[in-house]
Amino acid sequence: MAQHRIRVAVNGTVREAEVESRLLLVHLLRDVLRLTGTHIGCDTTHCGACTVLLDGEAVKSCTVLAVQADGRDVMTVEGLEQNGNLHPIQEGFMEEHGLQCGYCTPGMMMTGYALLNRHAKPTEKEIREAISGNLCRCTGYVNIVKAVQHAAHKMA
Amino acid sequence: MIPAPFDYHAPESMADALELLERYGESAKILSGGQSLLPLLKLRFGMVDHLIDIGRIPGLEYIHESDGQLRIGGVTRESALERSELIRTKYPILLDTASVIADPLVRNRATVGGVGGNLAHGDPANDHPATMLVLGAEVTATGPKGQRTIPVEEFFADLFTTALAPDEILTEIRVPVPAARSGGAYLKLERKVGDYAAAAAAVSITLGEDGSVARAGIGLTNAGPTPVKAVEAEGFLTGKQPDDAVLHEAGRIAGAAASPSPDHRGSVEYKREMARVLVTRAARKALDRAGGR
Repeated sequence: MAQHRIRVAVNGTVREAEVESRLLLVHLLRDVLRLTGTHIGCDTTHCGACTVLLDGEAVKSCTVLAVQADGRDVMTVEGLEQNGNLHPIQEGFMEEHGLQCGYCTPGMMMTGYALLNRHAKPTEKEIREAISGNLCRCTGYVNIVKAVQHAAHKMA
Repeated sequence: MIPAPFDYHAPESMADALELLERYGESAKILSGGQSLLPLLKLRFGMVDHLIDIGRIPGLEYIHESDGQLRIGGVTRESALERSELIRTKYPILLDTASVIADPLVRNRATVGGVGGNLAHGDPANDHPATMLVLGAEVTATGPKGQRTIPVEEFFADLFTTALAPDEILTEIRVPVPAARSGGAYLKLERKVGDYAAAAAAVSITLGEDGSVARAGIGLTNAGPTPVKAVEAEGFLTGKQPDDAVLHEAGRIAGAAASPSPDHRGSVEYKREMARVLVTRAARKALDRAGGR
């Protein structure tokens, strides 16, 4: 079966890999590039734990082929921190206690990050709609919403 | 979960895509947004030897009006519909529909037209079909012999089966620009974000000068093996002054046309009843948008 030589800009660095057609983007990130901050939750396009940005849009990386990312930009949770400084969205989750077990957190942060890039001052309703494809099974959503609001405030 | 092995192809022109489709025939599938197709392949409900990704062909993502029609490119993302000013202001029924499909992350990838997408997939649980039925939309199929136009009413042949030939690709959806005093609405009952509809209704209404209904479209999602056009209810509504009693009766007739399957979302009786209620509510909203109240 076909192999593809792909080049993907991951968190600003071009990475090359030889991949099978069927390799999923999340497996490219975790298993080939060893960026394990992106989690695999349901593996059925429901939970959003695997959310990354593909050309700036939040997508579920368990439902994108690695080869579809060839020539494109991917941003993972590892790309949030810059020079040892946490991104405001990361600070928000810490300050507002936006997590308990932390499993959904990378996905939540990437969705929150994408939302704030498009919409600097979202309402609570808009935040709740934006994260409606990301499931949290322990904290509930109150503090997650506060975390995104914290980041919005900080970034304003 | 990992799909069974296949070969991925990324043609950069429609001609190349059609050639690949012709070469590989039944062993190939078109990959558009992949949000229906990739989960099916991962669960191994479907097997395919060749995936032909039409996502790298330029010029298939657009939303614009020309020659009295709204034209939506086959690979246009659902999220693009949601963010379109034209859709928001002039086609709110399409905004209603796009914004209840799956979840926002899926809508960043999922396409309106593609074979892995909302129309060409032929799944009666998808949301666009009912809306496209009531709007009198048509789709453009591009094949080796050129393009042909298929009215949406003739498009959904059976469960997961459409009028697309195996060597054709759905490249455009066209919706007539609404006449004056027209309005439409799509309402969906879902257990949670991302679920298929327990019941959902699309209603489109055009009012005549005297305020009576000049044209009515009523469509139901997940109410049979194919999307349902509630023709009898449309006929009942047409020509009438749309007062509450008339809208209720239209809902009753439309609900009776639903033949849903019982599942974890509800019994047949429950789904029919919800279809009835949603048709009446969507009709009220459509009427508001048509300026009829």
